[in-house]
Amino acid sequence: MNFFETIKLSFTTILANRLRSFLTILGIVIGVTSVILLISLVSGLKSYITSQIQGLGSNLIFVIPGRIGGARSPGGVQANRLTLQDATNLKNKLSGEAEVSAVVQRNSTLKYANKTDKGASVFGVQANYPKLISIKMLEGRFFSISEDSAGRKIAVIGISVQNTLFPGQSIKGKKIDIAGSKYEVIGLFDKRGSIFGIDQDNSVFIPLSSAQRQFGIDKLNTIYISTMKSEDVKTIQSKTENILKKKLSEDEFTVQTQEQTLSTISQITGVLTIALGGIAAISLIVGGIGIMNIMLVSVTERTREIGLRKALGARNIDIRNQFLIEALTLSCLGGVIGIILGFLLSIIAGNFITTTVPFWSVALSFGFSMIVGVIFGVAPAIRAARLDPIQALRYE
Amino acid sequence: MNLIHFINVNKIYQAAETVSFQALKNINLSVQKGEFLAIIGASGSGKSTLINIIGLLDRPTSGSYNLEGQDTTNSNQDTLAKLRNQKIGFVFQNFNLLPRTSTLQNVALPLIYSGFSKKEREQKAQQMIAEVGLSEKLNSHPNQLSGGQQQRVAIARALVTNPEIILADEPTGNLDSKSGGEIVELFQKLNKTGKTIIMITHEDNIAKHAKKIIHIKDGEIVR
Repeated sequence: MNFFETIKLSFTTILANRLRSFLTILGIVIGVTSVILLISLVSGLKSYITSQIQGLGSNLIFVIPGRIGGARSPGGVQANRLTLQDATNLKNKLSGEAEVSAVVQRNSTLKYANKTDKGASVFGVQANYPKLISIKMLEGRFFSISEDSAGRKIAVIGISVQNTLFPGQSIKGKKIDIAGSKYEVIGLFDKRGSIFGIDQDNSVFIPLSSAQRQFGIDKLNTIYISTMKSEDVKTIQSKTENILKKKLSEDEFTVQTQEQTLSTISQITGVLTIALGGIAAISLIVGGIGIMNIMLVSVTERTREIGLRKALGARNIDIRNQFLIEALTLSCLGGVIGIILGFLLSIIAGNFITTTVPFWSVALSFGFSMIVGVIFGVAPAIRAARLDPIQALRYE
Repeated sequence: MNLIHFINVNKIYQAAETVSFQALKNINLSVQKGEFLAIIGASGSGKSTLINIIGLLDRPTSGSYNLEGQDTTNSNQDTLAKLRNQKIGFVFQNFNLLPRTSTLQNVALPLIYSGFSKKEREQKAQQMIAEVGLSEKLNSHPNQLSGGQQQRVAIARALVTNPEIILADEPTGNLDSKSGGEIVELFQKLNKTGKTIIMITHEDNIAKHAKKIIHIKDGEIVR
């Protein structure tokens, strides 16, 4: 009997016990579905964050307070010592090679008329901010250097702020309340999306000096540096480090390029993929045990059939292959159903968050369910092949 | 040349180290091609052991068994499976048809292990089913057939590989006397076409249809 006929025979047997076969492969179905779905969520997240970071701008270098990736002193977080003076210093030293822009950030409640927007991000930024970060104005304008240094109470808002406070209305003549002070809205930014569930469009951009006065802060959250030429990124990064080292100690700041940030993200999602995929893979093994269980039952139930087949000339290897292929057919069937379900669920999840099903996750989970079928099918198949034909024929 | 030749065949079942049971004692037996042999014995007499050894499902503890002049005593399992497939057709007391499987597929079953294509298998099976007069039951499942019909399907299955020998173990044991008579008549008809038939039974009126009868008692051929 050739391979395809044996598969056909397996299907006949599987269909003869529909409910039982369905319950048997359920474990594999759930396992493969969750592998596909979880991996699609993580890789969707990764590609989304990557596109967001790449979308920030080009040739970007970030300076942030504290140390990332290095050894942290016991006791944890150091005090932030990054100031506007550092940013100005960098701006002077790197002038002609790169654009430097300082950022502070606070969360605050926004009010307009009787509407409130809780938990909006308020960014204090400098006038050159739009030169570094690629973002489009939908309406109005950004503020100028003189408006920034004068500490004017003016604001550029994100699209979610508009939707919450005055949906559908123009920004013209609107004055919003930020942490108790009135700010005139002069511009509206285009949609940017969200990262890790944080809506980036629920943001307000006000002059840095205004923000420092408003919130009483003199430390910076980030300094953005954008090099003029892309091949300069590495050189500017080490220059920046050297400049900052003159005033700050090495563990008080981190200078990271866009690429390094992307590789950090990639590491995090890699660990997430392994952890979630691993948990899902455990259910595949549980599913394999279910298949083994039912194959052992099947061998016992069909003892007479095995005896008969042997009497009619089946070799041990014929019997072994028949049962092994039956286990394999069960697990592959579960794998295929799981892949289809996983695809469908990730398409549904795609309505809410970005999901992508990478080909390798399909190949991996299908391959894994095949291996599970073989591993857990071998023992029952060998048991069937070793049955003594006389005893098997007499079995009641 | 003898088709089947037993020389001093013994079969001892070792239940425990000190407990053993000798099912066959010094059996010497020759069966010629074209014979119709009935083996009569009470239950426990060793007749089933004898037919299992003839059918190559079991091996003698000592002595030798030549099938068509070839010693099978030391053949490996795969060789025995091939000989069972090509030289021997089994007919059982309880028919042993696969449930939920059509007459056609039941009869075609041994041909799977002879390496025939699906088309050839079905062609040969149809021919055999016609010979036992069940062409109109081609797609029936065993539970839709009477006992006599089921046994005829089993005989068609035994014949489909065109074996030299038909081994029947109490073929009429589960049938009423009318169907039982028909089955024996079918064996006689097959014997006339040249098949060698060895039939176990404990009923004298079934055995009398055979050309030759041997009696077995306590593992020995008594006459």
